[in-house]
Amino acid sequence: MTDPLDTPAAAAAGAGESADPPAPGRLPPADRPTGRRRRSALHIPVRVRFGFLAPSVLVLLAIIGWPILFSVWLSLHNADGSSWVGLHNYVSIFTDPATLTALKNNLIWLATAPTLACALGLIFAVLSERIRWATAFKVVIFMPMAISFLAAGVIFELVYQADPSIGVANAVMVEIHDTFAPSSKYPAAEPRSTLDYSQSKAGYTSPTEYTPGSVATVPLTGYSVLDLPKSAVQAAPAAAVPGEITGTVWLDLVYGGGGTPGHIDPGKKGTPGITVEALSGTKVAARATAGSDGTFALHGLSPGTRYRLALPASDFAQPYAGVSWLGPDLVTPAIIVAYLWIWAGFAMVLIAAGLSGIPRELQEAAKVDGASDFQIFRKITVPLLAPVLLVVLVTLAINVLKIFDLVYIISPGSTLSVANVLAVQMWSVSFGGAQNQGLGSAIGVFLYLLVLPAMYVNIRRIRRERRES
Amino acid sequence: MTRKPAPAARIVGWLSSGILQAVLLLVGVLWLIPTLGLFVSSLRTPVDISDSGWWTVFTHPSQITLSDYINLFHDQGMMQSLVNTVLITVPATLGVVVLASLAAYAFAWIDFPGRDWLFVAVIGLLVVPVQVALIPVAKMYKYTHLFGSITGVVLFHIGFGLPFAIFLLRNFFAGIPRELLEAARMEGGSEWVIFRKVIVPLGMPAIASLTIFQFLWVWNDMLVALVFSDTNTQPLTVELQGQMRQFGSNIDILAPGAFLSLVIPLIVFFSFQRYFVQGLMAGSMKG
Repeated sequence: MTDPLDTPAAAAAGAGESADPPAPGRLPPADRPTGRRRRSALHIPVRVRFGFLAPSVLVLLAIIGWPILFSVWLSLHNADGSSWVGLHNYVSIFTDPATLTALKNNLIWLATAPTLACALGLIFAVLSERIRWATAFKVVIFMPMAISFLAAGVIFELVYQADPSIGVANAVMVEIHDTFAPSSKYPAAEPRSTLDYSQSKAGYTSPTEYTPGSVATVPLTGYSVLDLPKSAVQAAPAAAVPGEITGTVWLDLVYGGGGTPGHIDPGKKGTPGITVEALSGTKVAARATAGSDGTFALHGLSPGTRYRLALPASDFAQPYAGVSWLGPDLVTPAIIVAYLWIWAGFAMVLIAAGLSGIPRELQEAAKVDGASDFQIFRKITVPLLAPVLLVVLVTLAINVLKIFDLVYIISPGSTLSVANVLAVQMWSVSFGGAQNQGLGSAIGVFLYLLVLPAMYVNIRRIRRERRES
Repeated sequence: MTRKPAPAARIVGWLSSGILQAVLLLVGVLWLIPTLGLFVSSLRTPVDISDSGWWTVFTHPSQITLSDYINLFHDQGMMQSLVNTVLITVPATLGVVVLASLAAYAFAWIDFPGRDWLFVAVIGLLVVPVQVALIPVAKMYKYTHLFGSITGVVLFHIGFGLPFAIFLLRNFFAGIPRELLEAARMEGGSEWVIFRKVIVPLGMPAIASLTIFQFLWVWNDMLVALVFSDTNTQPLTVELQGQMRQFGSNIDILAPGAFLSLVIPLIVFFSFQRYFVQGLMAGSMKG
């Protein structure tokens, strides 16, 4: 909420016709026969009239009016304003790679953020009408509107921290990932190299072939006893069972030294959780998981067939580290999510106000006629809300074109060039080192031109309302 | 005609209402989690923050400490920037409210030639992006030695706050019954007396909304202060922004600092929620 004009201005300018929420304490609009008022106003000395307006007009001229003209003049000049360059700076907006990236990102923002915020606001407004704690819900959703983009930036920087043990987004990602595809506790483990297991992308395959009834040994190295879960106990040799291949998977090292490689010595522990497969050709015939003493048993094998043992790649999967939210690929969507967190509440409040102005009779009548809730929503509620939705969309569109703080704060230095938007680029070229006030002014004027259509809509709407009243 | 729904339909109704409540509850929690994360982080030591997630505090409550806040309050730069935030916000808010009230009264109740065109021009300024004024005003401030001063920042905020403020107040003031003003004029009250005794008291709801909005905008601003303030006059947002580049190592100052900067707007928001929402919809008051 840096820009004092961002939201409510445009919203207020537009919310008019349709939203029309009952404002408590609001006074009835005066019906103003201008003739009479003009008569009563006649006595006012010019000096007094001037006194009421002059301070505002002066400040507006100094801070907004004159600077706009000066900006146009500067945008037609070179970096320090010393020579005329014509439209060169405006051409640069479309040719300079950094500015072009910013422009492209602004378009991405424009195409997604307002629509998504509006959709969320609509869903929240419609759904919360049916619950008793709607007020509490709305306060929670709307609350981010009160805090600064800086605070929101710090908040989301924390959410998006890459380390899953710090950033909550990645913590959730890892949790979900591990539920469906658990990562190995022993990513560096491998069968003892003297055994000549063949290694492929699919994992390790034993050189030896086993028939049902035989006992296999799978000694592993490459990790330490500290990697083992507390449940791991002394490895035990498996007993031969007819029709099954049994065996042991163990950590082939004695803590502190000693023992014979490939031999289950005292002090060597089983490696629970390792999956062992029986391969017939390339087909997996059976699968088992090693227990706390490392033993496993492969059932359901056909007698007399020869099988190779395989340790699938999942046994050695690297732990999933989550997503690089603020990396070059996801940084813009990640910032848009933070934006939605802030502005969905704004859309919700305006839409909820519009909703309260819709006559209930229509919905009731449709219900009696057997329309489903969704049909009522689509065919009655949304069309009646269309004017409010348009206002919200236009407001957010203006807002998104000017987006600065969130991008500037959340994107780390390394990806700022990827997440760049026009307002940030304007700041960078004119104040952040380059000091190119010609290009900076051109971007400023360009931003103004982009929001002008919205201003035109506002003025037309307001003038129409004034004519009607 | 009231029809009692069939038992099956009622069960479906309960179920769907239960699911709806659960979904909205989930959404609410989802919306609170990011802020909660910041708050909890501000109560942990930097070592804990870099070691484990803030959510571990619920299983290890002994991590909670006020040491980050104590360090923050002993940080000279932070405290100065907090003072600067107040020094910028209060005059920028008062200035806009006073100037806009005067101008809005003139636009609503004093006739002069070209009034409507002037008002349309003010509405036209509603959407002007600050970017278009930053460079020229910076040049002007350098020339007048306002650059880097609190006055410069305040003046810029007043300028960009006025169009919305005038628009909001004019629409509200125009709704004040004409009889009240005429009665006051009849009794020989000057415009100034009418403004003070009739317009301001009756316009209070709108003035309150405006005050809250302007306060929040200025308090939360970063861009304007980033351009026009210097190291001695920069507000909390700019000071904290300077620490963002080393997010990991400065988290012990960033977390409590950001929380400090958001807690005051939140208090304002919760205390004056009604006015906040009213102000948001002020456009519905037709002029």
